[in-house]
Amino acid sequence: MLKRFKLSCDQATTICDKNQYGEASIKELITLKIHFIRCKICAIYTKQNTLLSVFYKGCSKDCKEVQHRLSLKEKEALKTMLTQHEKQG
Amino acid sequence: MSIQKHTLNTNKWIDNYADYLYNYSISRINNSDLAKDLVQETFFAGLKSANNFQGKATERTWLVSILKRKIIDHYRKINSTKGQAEVRMNFYEAGESEGSWLEERVPQSWDNASEKKIENAELKSQLEVCMDRLPEKYAMVFKMKTIQEFETAEICKELDITSSNLWVMIHRARVQLRKCMEDNWFNN
Repeated sequence: MLKRFKLSCDQATTICDKNQYGEASIKELITLKIHFIRCKICAIYTKQNTLLSVFYKGCSKDCKEVQHRLSLKEKEALKTMLTQHEKQG
Repeated sequence: MSIQKHTLNTNKWIDNYADYLYNYSISRINNSDLAKDLVQETFFAGLKSANNFQGKATERTWLVSILKRKIIDHYRKINSTKGQAEVRMNFYEAGESEGSWLEERVPQSWDNASEKKIENAELKSQLEVCMDRLPEKYAMVFKMKTIQEFETAEICKELDITSSNLWVMIHRARVQLRKCMEDNWFNN
């Protein structure tokens, strides 16, 4: 019975990673909590991983606001190449 | 009944769609030069198969579908055995300790976490440096999931991978990112 709830550190940290996106199941979260009782290293990993999520969330907000554009020069070069490509048919 | 012929306005492609396609590409590929190359290839492929355009979708949607295919092709290329060899192991892979932390990869405590928590340009830059150090396929999946905040199903569909495959890559990316931040930000 208890064997069903036993995780390796590799498995436990994978669940922790899924949980950063709210995608770990209840069963996975229970097994993770049980794992933390005997493994302080994975508990530290989880704490630090959560902090990383906060950091990258900040990056995400900034990144999504940026609209990437090609320069006029790059667009002109693309137009020339496309015209040549079209002519070569 | 006559079949209606749909024509593409290729003269306006660059002005109308280049920025959109580039933005689409750069949000998935962690490399601006490569993202530009894929946009160029998409236009070339679009020209080549212009006769197949049936007008069922807009020009933009049609071009995006070509770009999506290019991105999958790129992903498959980097998801080769060569790419897999770049992975640095964090857990024992066999024996009695299988799945346990390798001694040298065990997380150290971040005593100065609270003082280092401040949001600044330096921190953002370090986060980007660590992300750039990931093997390309991990960086790609991590970026789509964490930075662009795509749904798991959407990423799996776009890259033609299973969800368990995705979680393994996210896991490996995160373990490496944590270690990189520990070495270069928290405990340096």
